[in-house]
Amino acid sequence: MDEPAKKPALLELKDIVKDFDRGRVSRVLHGISMTLAAGSFTAIIGPSGSGKSTLLNIIGLLDRPTSGGLRFLGTDVLQLEPKEVTAFRGQKIGFVFQFHHLLSGFTASENVILPLMAHAGRSKPEMRPLALAVLERMGLAAKADAPVTQLSGGEQQRVAIARALVGNPPLLLADEPTGNLDSKNADEVFSLLRDLQRERGLAVLVVTHDRRLAERCDRIVEIVDGRVASDRSVDAKS
Amino acid sequence: MPFELFVALRFLRESKVQTALILAAVSVGVAVVIFLSALIDGLQENLLATTLGSQAHITITRSTAQPVASKPAGAVAMNILEKVPQRERNIGDWTSLLRSIKGTSGVVAASPLAVGVALALRAGANRSVVLRGIDGETYERIVPIANRLAAGKVALGADQALIGTDLASDLGLTIGDKVSITTASGRGASFAITGIFDLRSKEINRRWFLTNLRAAQTLLDLQGGVTSIEIKVRDVFAAEAIALGIAQQTGLTADSWMQLNQQLMIGLSSQSRSRFVIEFFVIFAVALGIASVLSVSVLQKSREIGIMRAFGTPDGRVRRLFLIQGALLGAIGSVGGIGMGALLATVFARTAKNADGTPLFPIALTAQLALSAGVMALLVGVAAAAIPSWRATRLDPAEVIRYG
Repeated sequence: MDEPAKKPALLELKDIVKDFDRGRVSRVLHGISMTLAAGSFTAIIGPSGSGKSTLLNIIGLLDRPTSGGLRFLGTDVLQLEPKEVTAFRGQKIGFVFQFHHLLSGFTASENVILPLMAHAGRSKPEMRPLALAVLERMGLAAKADAPVTQLSGGEQQRVAIARALVGNPPLLLADEPTGNLDSKNADEVFSLLRDLQRERGLAVLVVTHDRRLAERCDRIVEIVDGRVASDRSVDAKS
Repeated sequence: MPFELFVALRFLRESKVQTALILAAVSVGVAVVIFLSALIDGLQENLLATTLGSQAHITITRSTAQPVASKPAGAVAMNILEKVPQRERNIGDWTSLLRSIKGTSGVVAASPLAVGVALALRAGANRSVVLRGIDGETYERIVPIANRLAAGKVALGADQALIGTDLASDLGLTIGDKVSITTASGRGASFAITGIFDLRSKEINRRWFLTNLRAAQTLLDLQGGVTSIEIKVRDVFAAEAIALGIAQQTGLTADSWMQLNQQLMIGLSSQSRSRFVIEFFVIFAVALGIASVLSVSVLQKSREIGIMRAFGTPDGRVRRLFLIQGALLGAIGSVGGIGMGALLATVFARTAKNADGTPLFPIALTAQLALSAGVMALLVGVAAAAIPSWRATRLDPAEVIRYG
């Protein structure tokens, strides 16, 4: 039997420091500590250059901190070998970026299948139904076999979300996911993320500079000059 | 389908113009290699066939005289004959020698000969000839006369002889005519011409007078002995080594065709060398082409590579994805190149002809050549992809996703 009280947090950051050495050393993150609960919906806001994207890359295991601790579901991920990090990232974290970054030579469903293939090494018959189910949830069942270059911006971003979620990760990282969309599409994509978080118990961490969107999250962490300037819960409304 | 192959095929299909251009370049490169190889193999085979068509691979004599390089066998035999008295050249115990030579590894056939100078006379005209007494059956395996006959047939009874086309016209001889032979020792005999051969050497066609071994032995005072044993070996380029072995074993002189045709050997080897140099640079250029196209592709696809790594694609798969593209470019390009090379070879064979309309020389386009060119292109493709594929895994995903 599980002991609910000892269940580790989804993510624990402790004194994360990041220096960049481009000619001369500059410190981008000055010791950031925070905890992220499973199934939470958090916004990270801050002016450009505040270090919020750097923080997101470190959380997403795309970059390593200069010092500090990072535990993911209790695992000290900074101790993992590069190969293990890649596998861990593939299974536990989904990414959505400002630009959809879909692979242009492929159809929508192929883009969604690719992470599964990359993990398994090859295509398997059960992958397509899985991808179609996720695309259907995104309202894209009819566009499954369309080349991604023929989709609208909103559709492309929803394919990107489907690709991030097809492997059922516990955490979705979104870097300005609506930054490239008009307000109607931005609203739709944000609502979709919100719904998915509730349906799947998915933790979502959104980096944005759009305060209006941030206010629709459960929690807002503000980063200024590489430090946590404020960390507050948003009053439940919706 | 494996992930790497699936993505590699799409990447190639997506950049159609780039892919088409580099495939054309690989094809042209492979075609040059195929055509050049076929041409030079054909040329060399033809040269060898011409040279060895009238010459034994190894000739055993008792002579101590040095062989003269690069002259047809007949001329060499004459030079030797002029320097050494007849009886010293006599190999008396040749039957056991022949048996041991036939047992030597690499030897396909061996035949005894009685060779000496003589004068051929007919109706007041005379010509100096090389009288060659042969054992018709075994000699046919050394120098196939039967399919080089211009007229008549191979029949070598006690008083029958075969002569070359030039001697026939010099003396005005045709099939059935009689000709007298006189040797230095003063012995003489009369022979009926049963066949006229053309061994594609003016010297041989003018000098050789082929008769029955026993008749020549008598005319040359050899008392049942022979003057030489001619040998055919399986691998013509092993002739020199086999000759050395036989010389050491018997104490006789063994001259290989390679020694007697040193100019030809130099020609063949420098031809092969220049062919390898040309092919090396062509292959090198093909490799550079593939490498540069894939390098550009790594740059163009850096965002895609970054995103693939972000969603958990292991580095090894990213690397193989580009190695496979190199292999595909090499393999597909080589299929086109084999076709193009074969076409070039065929067109060349049709257009380059002798005055009489026969092909200048056959082009040796073999399945083995095509296969080895294909395998080579494949390996070159993979090797050329090595650096781009390594660079793909060095891309920082965070960086390329952000700024790519």
